[in-house]
Amino acid sequence: MAVSKAKSAAPDARLAAIISPVGGKWASEARKSALTRLHDMGLPTRRDEYWKFTRPDELTKADATPATLLETDEKPVFCDIDRLRLVFVDGVFDPDISDQMAMEHVEIEPLANAAEKDIHWARDIYGVLENSGQSPVNRPLAALNTATATQGMVIRVTGKAPRPICLHYVRTSETADAVVHHIVKVEAGGDVTLLENGPAAARINKVLEVDIADGGAFHHVRTQGRDHERRAAAHIFARLGTESSFKSFSLTVNGALTRNECVIEILGDNAHATIAGAAVGDGKTHPFHQDDTVFITHDAVNCESRQVFKKVLRNGATGVFQGKILVKPGAQKTDGYQISQGLMLDDDSQFLAKPELEIYADDVACSHGSTVGAIDADALFYLMSRGIPRAQATDLLVLSFLAAALEEIENEEIRKDIFGRLEAWIERHRN
Amino acid sequence: MLKIENLQVKLEEEDKQILKGLSLTVPSGEVHAIMGPNGSGKSTMSYVLSGKGGYEVTGGSATLDGVDLLAMEPEERAAAGLFLAFQYPVEIPGVGNMTFLRTAVNSQRKSRGEDEMSAAEFLKVIRAKAKSLKIDAEMLKRPVNVGFSGGEKKRNEILQMAMLEPKMCVLDETDSGLDVDAMKLVAEGVNALRDGKRSFLVITHYQRLLDHIKPDVVHIMADGRIIKSGGPELALEVENNGYADLLAEVA
Repeated sequence: MAVSKAKSAAPDARLAAIISPVGGKWASEARKSALTRLHDMGLPTRRDEYWKFTRPDELTKADATPATLLETDEKPVFCDIDRLRLVFVDGVFDPDISDQMAMEHVEIEPLANAAEKDIHWARDIYGVLENSGQSPVNRPLAALNTATATQGMVIRVTGKAPRPICLHYVRTSETADAVVHHIVKVEAGGDVTLLENGPAAARINKVLEVDIADGGAFHHVRTQGRDHERRAAAHIFARLGTESSFKSFSLTVNGALTRNECVIEILGDNAHATIAGAAVGDGKTHPFHQDDTVFITHDAVNCESRQVFKKVLRNGATGVFQGKILVKPGAQKTDGYQISQGLMLDDDSQFLAKPELEIYADDVACSHGSTVGAIDADALFYLMSRGIPRAQATDLLVLSFLAAALEEIENEEIRKDIFGRLEAWIERHRN
Repeated sequence: MLKIENLQVKLEEEDKQILKGLSLTVPSGEVHAIMGPNGSGKSTMSYVLSGKGGYEVTGGSATLDGVDLLAMEPEERAAAGLFLAFQYPVEIPGVGNMTFLRTAVNSQRKSRGEDEMSAAEFLKVIRAKAKSLKIDAEMLKRPVNVGFSGGEKKRNEILQMAMLEPKMCVLDETDSGLDVDAMKLVAEGVNALRDGKRSFLVITHYQRLLDHIKPDVVHIMADGRIIKSGGPELALEVENNGYADLLAEVA
């Protein structure tokens, strides 16, 4: 693809400084080819259409801006859920404070180990799904990740995992600039839930590649919070086989900059993909900017995809949604649904949305909707007329607004946990 | 006792007077009905009493047991004992009916300095009250009014009234959109709350509701004020002859 000189010149310093880590044969090759495509693409700048609503500067500059650690007494999310916990400290896996990496129907290995080997199944996924997701839109930060990552988990699921796997991030440094790359391979009939929580680093570049074979199911629930000054770019690349299922939910609470990209390729018939998110931002003490960018490609018959995004914004907070459904020729009976909504709690915040449909098949049902609005006055009066004070009534209506996104979380226990967190946040951030 | 004196109300957004000197007294324990042609200001009166935004009071007063209603926030009016059964109950997705009701009951108790109701106690009370209104457990769990039929919404209003135990209940066209059986059920719910102390102000277009909820006094409202008051026979007169004669009398 054509790259203008001016564009590649800007973050040259960062690119020049990148040296791919040495590993086993497959990993070295994958990293090298990612570095080549990164140099071809160049890092994103404010002039890129895909970065129109979100400034990439903090994500592309040579050194991460330091971020203070947040002191909190609140227990970590998911702590009451029976899970296999893998802990990353400042973006580095720490086996000593993690659970045993052993569970029925699941193989887990740190990326560092897998990358040392000359032959590994991860070769068919690592950077492969990311590379596939580079067209038609470039995602240079993901290529940067593939080229440089040494940290992450490599997970293979062969049957129904007895409990969720939780990637638990902990921060101890104010300057950590982390690159983490996870791979999940769900074999035919496999079924696993992946949880992610905790502050990862002052700056984090995270990639998750998920390959789901026929009949496989992947559930993903992640929370991003507890660090107001965080700058994060997270990419999910998923490839779906026949009758497979992919469901991902993200909760974003606070954060100076969070860009969540999700690229889903539906390649097998009768498959299902859901990507949902709830974001709550209050710009009162720290800036808040949260961006969900989704690209779903339907390339099979009779598949369904759902995108449900809700953002609650106040005090100068910004929410962004860019969502596209591409229905390829022949992908008949596609059912694509997309909704993105912003709830403004004052006049200072903004919600920027760009919903897109591109359809090359004639027997499909695709819908997209995007709204922005304030608290409904009639609903507020109804609650207050029953004796509920204004602040509490407003809280109830905020939860009501977010409910549709939370309902996309299948597991009730996890959903309740997330709901509780939101309730607490909303109460803390009452006007 | 609800006492409205010479109440004058205009719309906030435009220079349109809706209530033009409304006076009305509902002594405690009594049931009063208000009838009147469309646009006479009946619903506006109920909204102004309960504190909905968009209206400006330009004169007069409204008190409940001597307390100035108009100076209070909507939730304070509720805690003071006023309840409005909505003509169009609002749907609130994602908030369970039970959660909503418990929050409401406990908010009111808290503001009156009473102890909050425990979850167990609340459950016991609501189950008994819901049963008499034929509201099943499923309806209590569902989000507030979402997917409820017209009849279910109105029964849900009466359930809220039963749980909140107000002193003064204003029912805004609670019979609209109800079939005969649903209307009976709602009327039974209202009658069950008549205890000789609680007062009711029933806004309706039809005499039929008043067959089930027997009023002590019937008021006819037109052009923002009460033009005639009388016994239950007044409702029958309206049912048979319409408002034309009454309006002509005043003119």
